[in-house]
Amino acid sequence: MKYQTQKIAFAYFAVAMALFAVQVLGGFIAAYVYVNPNFLSELVPFNILRMLHTNSLVVWLLLGFFGAAYYLIPEEAEREIESPMLAYLQLLILVIGTAGVVVTYLFDLFPGNPVLGKEGREFLEQPLWVKLGIVVAALIFLYNVTMTVLKGRKTAITNVLLLGLWGIAIFFLFSLYNPGNLSVDKMYWWYVVHIWVEGVWELVMAAVLAFLLLKLTGVDREVIEKWLYAIVALSLFTGLLGTGHHYYWIGTPGYWQWVGSIFSSLEVLPFFAMVLFSFSMVWKRRREHPNNAALLWSLGCAVLAFFGAGVWGFMHTLHPINFYTHGTQITAAHGHLAFFGAYVSLNLAVITYAMPHLLGREPYNQVLNMVSFWVMASGMAFMTFVLTFAGVVQTHLQRVQGENYMDVQDQLGLFYEMRLAAGAVVVIAVLIYLYSIFVPRKGELIKRPDTAPTPAE
Amino acid sequence: MQCQNQPPAAERVGAVGAPSATGDIDRRGDSLPGDSLSGDWGPLSQLPGHPMMWILIVSELLVFGAAFIAFAAARSGDPALFAASQDSLDRLLGAINTMVLLTSGLFAALAVNAVAQGATGRGRAFLGIAGGLGLVFLAIKALEYAEKHAAGIGFDTNSFFTLYYLTTGFHALHVIAGIAILALVAWRSSLENVETGVAFWHMVDLIWVLLFPVIYLMR
Repeated sequence: MKYQTQKIAFAYFAVAMALFAVQVLGGFIAAYVYVNPNFLSELVPFNILRMLHTNSLVVWLLLGFFGAAYYLIPEEAEREIESPMLAYLQLLILVIGTAGVVVTYLFDLFPGNPVLGKEGREFLEQPLWVKLGIVVAALIFLYNVTMTVLKGRKTAITNVLLLGLWGIAIFFLFSLYNPGNLSVDKMYWWYVVHIWVEGVWELVMAAVLAFLLLKLTGVDREVIEKWLYAIVALSLFTGLLGTGHHYYWIGTPGYWQWVGSIFSSLEVLPFFAMVLFSFSMVWKRRREHPNNAALLWSLGCAVLAFFGAGVWGFMHTLHPINFYTHGTQITAAHGHLAFFGAYVSLNLAVITYAMPHLLGREPYNQVLNMVSFWVMASGMAFMTFVLTFAGVVQTHLQRVQGENYMDVQDQLGLFYEMRLAAGAVVVIAVLIYLYSIFVPRKGELIKRPDTAPTPAE
Repeated sequence: MQCQNQPPAAERVGAVGAPSATGDIDRRGDSLPGDSLSGDWGPLSQLPGHPMMWILIVSELLVFGAAFIAFAAARSGDPALFAASQDSLDRLLGAINTMVLLTSGLFAALAVNAVAQGATGRGRAFLGIAGGLGLVFLAIKALEYAEKHAAGIGFDTNSFFTLYYLTTGFHALHVIAGIAILALVAWRSSLENVETGVAFWHMVDLIWVLLFPVIYLMR
């Protein structure tokens, strides 16, 4: 760690990891409700559980991105973060907001209150005061990182990262706009989170991957930046209009079916480019970085994102197919592997890379960390397969044969039991990961490679 | 820690940091960003103009290719409807527009030749003619849309016209963008810039040459 203010990242990563634990536990309980439907139905209804599971995911991923930005921007810009105090204030606002959301969801304290109460739009239920707090925190963050970059060295990595981070903040503003017309409401509703994951988060992902590969492989910055530009161009070109695949059945004009189908079927390209990018950088590597676990997570991120977001997304993105599969367990399968592959793995990669630096600790405990990668990835892959099969059966019985929704759910019981088992494996893997990150060990199991620089070709 | 007064690039690249406890030792991968937009782009370096333009061109061809596949799929679902709807298109205006755009492409190619020979003024004149013909194309397109509108045909008339408006409209947006790009490279008229802008214009040209027979003519 070259700059003192990179330490800020530690606080963000720590809170993110705590929420990660909450998220997977919430997911595990929700998976159990699928098997035993009346579990907790009075105390914490399923819709609240699901909301906690998805909202905590989004919040911890964002905290991870903020942490990654605070970690890599000083190194890239070659100067300290503009104001560490503001960075901690931003974190405090986000933590208070998150706590406020959880309390409001669980106890519904101020029903109907325009500022303090739940807002009632699915996934954007956060009370108004929390949304405004998020906007303030985002402004503080953007001021802080933008000033740091403007006064320091400007690199393609920081430029792309800033573009992505500004995009996150700008598209979040649509959560404050709640038109009366349900179709228009839904149209803007997809601007939050879904234009994130298909557009601006991909920029963050590409920038962070580029930073990690730069550090881990020692390939020339010039080469890495070319890939970065190409990936960013592909992401924006396909992702923005590709979001039209959410507009098929919400009352928007019919041309969205074609716009959405055509552009979103090309959304696999930036993810494929990221696979080519990360593997070719590793093949060309000019240094053996001792942190093998970070490299494993980086490569895993690119591959799992390609399958989860790219392939599983393409599977049901064409509107004649989506007409049948819309809102079935196929969507759940895609959602789980896409979020895990693209954004969870990315955060775990950057945290795996940064933690030893932040804690000033030589042994990385990386064998355990790599075990957690394989266990977590296997658990998520199995969960995805199970949900995909469940979705195919559900689509056929419910949408083709026209059987009643709940009758079909009864027939999917076996799949839900297998999903619960896969979820248990993921929870265990997360605990292993957290242990490997936070708990020091005495010696490193993997012999440190020769770090003498090899001559350039 | 903060280095406000940065030494020149050559010194900094040579300055290899001491090995740290965490393994980041050398900084060869950390040279200053300089010409990352030029230099070696692999196979894309062989092509005229900027490599990023070719990434865009390939993406555009994929999008229009997907649109033609969508058109074929929709047509196979209801060939009679598509044949009847196609008959109401103005093939003559389409054919004139094809001539206009191809001629425009010729002048764009002549502009590259002129700039390559150092005749920047002549190159700019040719770019002006190319862009002007682009405007003629748009005017004829507008006439065609007005005819359709007068006949009560719109976006939602049927799936043929949805795809007709999507593909021709999306192409027309590219013509507008192309005219802006030609104006830009006429202003900043280095050979690489002109080649880059004209490559985009030829793509707009090429897409029309594919679009016209698929949408207007093929039975």
